[in-house]
Amino acid sequence: MEHGSFQDQTASTFSLADEDHTLANSVRFALNQDPRVTFCGYSIPHPSDARVNIRVQTTGDPASEVLKDACQDLMLMSQHVRSTFDQAVTDFKNAQALNSMNIKDERK
Amino acid sequence: MAKVPIWDLPDVPKGELPPHLELQRTRVLCNSDAPTHTENIQYSGAYASMGVDNSVRLGQFQNNFKVEVIRVTEDDMEFDMIGIDAALANAFRRILIAELPTMAIEKVLIANNTSVIQDEVLAHRLGLIPIKVDPRLFDYMSENDVPHEKNTIVFKLHVRCERGGPRLTVKSDELIWLPNGSEFPLEAANLTSNSTSKPKTYTSFRCSQDSLPEFSENPIGLKYPDITIAKLGPGQEIELEAHAVKGMGKTHAKWSPVATAWYRMLPEVVLLQDVEGEKAEELKNKCPKPCNVFDIEDVGNGNKRAVVARPRACTLCRECIRGEGWDKYVALRRVKDHFIFTIESTGALPPEVLFTEAVKILEEKCERVITELS
Repeated sequence: MEHGSFQDQTASTFSLADEDHTLANSVRFALNQDPRVTFCGYSIPHPSDARVNIRVQTTGDPASEVLKDACQDLMLMSQHVRSTFDQAVTDFKNAQALNSMNIKDERK
Repeated sequence: MAKVPIWDLPDVPKGELPPHLELQRTRVLCNSDAPTHTENIQYSGAYASMGVDNSVRLGQFQNNFKVEVIRVTEDDMEFDMIGIDAALANAFRRILIAELPTMAIEKVLIANNTSVIQDEVLAHRLGLIPIKVDPRLFDYMSENDVPHEKNTIVFKLHVRCERGGPRLTVKSDELIWLPNGSEFPLEAANLTSNSTSKPKTYTSFRCSQDSLPEFSENPIGLKYPDITIAKLGPGQEIELEAHAVKGMGKTHAKWSPVATAWYRMLPEVVLLQDVEGEKAEELKNKCPKPCNVFDIEDVGNGNKRAVVARPRACTLCRECIRGEGWDKYVALRRVKDHFIFTIESTGALPPEVLFTEAVKILEEKCERVITELS
């Protein structure tokens, strides 16, 4: 849900239901990396509601576009984390299997 | 006066941060009184006045990000995540603890309990027992759902301590999986229906769970057979049925797939000047035994010098910088983008699978926001 004005789309507050610091803080991080963002922050209005408000103010682009890009960036980053992690685990397990076979050099 | 190009003046932006700012940006300084520069400078324009772009481009992130696995066993693992912001590392940790589903006992139908342990305490204890089953094979049970073979696992427990015998300890291996669902008849329903048909029970399984391909090979069981559930005196008896459903750690900790998941930033121990002779010996002894960060190196002519041998083992207890003047010799720091991540699984899924699932959940969250916005 977006709270903003039609005249000025560069500043909006986005209210996300069923989310918490997990997503909001990551999105804030991604938004902060974007040079188009002049201000961003998030708040949880009440601890017993599962809801976060994310405020985005930009240098000119519509805030919703910038937020969408931030989410896209975050998603690509996560994908990269996942593939790197999977690769590292496979490599580690292969190395471990090789070590446990305890191959001795017969030539000595 | 000779002409000096403007870029050679000492106070002109060079496109890189001066060393002291670079240190503040990348390290937490652990001083003897309090840590300083603990915050992460996230804003892309934070160093604009120095001509430094602080934004992280995706390609740059992909080049710098590294994962190094230290240890993987059946139910715990340790790995280093290098080149990532705390916001993301913390998101993964939070998802691991609170948002990955598992199966846990939620409903307990107690037919008989004459033991000293109260029904509700017994039910709570049962809930916390880890079940060894892949939660991805099950659906969530919503409010109007009837319990069936895709959303419920049923266990029964029937133990009795005979009179005249010794007291009995009920262990978790007494819980027996019922692949056909509940065996307790639903009284209200059976009164109206005719007596020849199969009696209605508390679950409505369409088929036996052990006939499903995913469970016929590896039957559902508990992770540990030796968890004490209750103790019975002579003549006491417990008869019950436990229904496990899918849930998430944010509802109740019994659904958390990890005993815990945590990270710490890599400690960095720097000797600011050479520590030699007796001083080196003193430094080595100042460091508590289990950490034993420093070693003594022989530099010839009977001279000794302290070296940092095991910075990873440092707990940042600051014992080495206690006392007058020691902070001139040793600096303790933490590397802000190097996380030593540890995951202890409770047994439903192996730890490496838990982490990939956690990352997938963050991706799904982003995707949800994107679809909501477009």
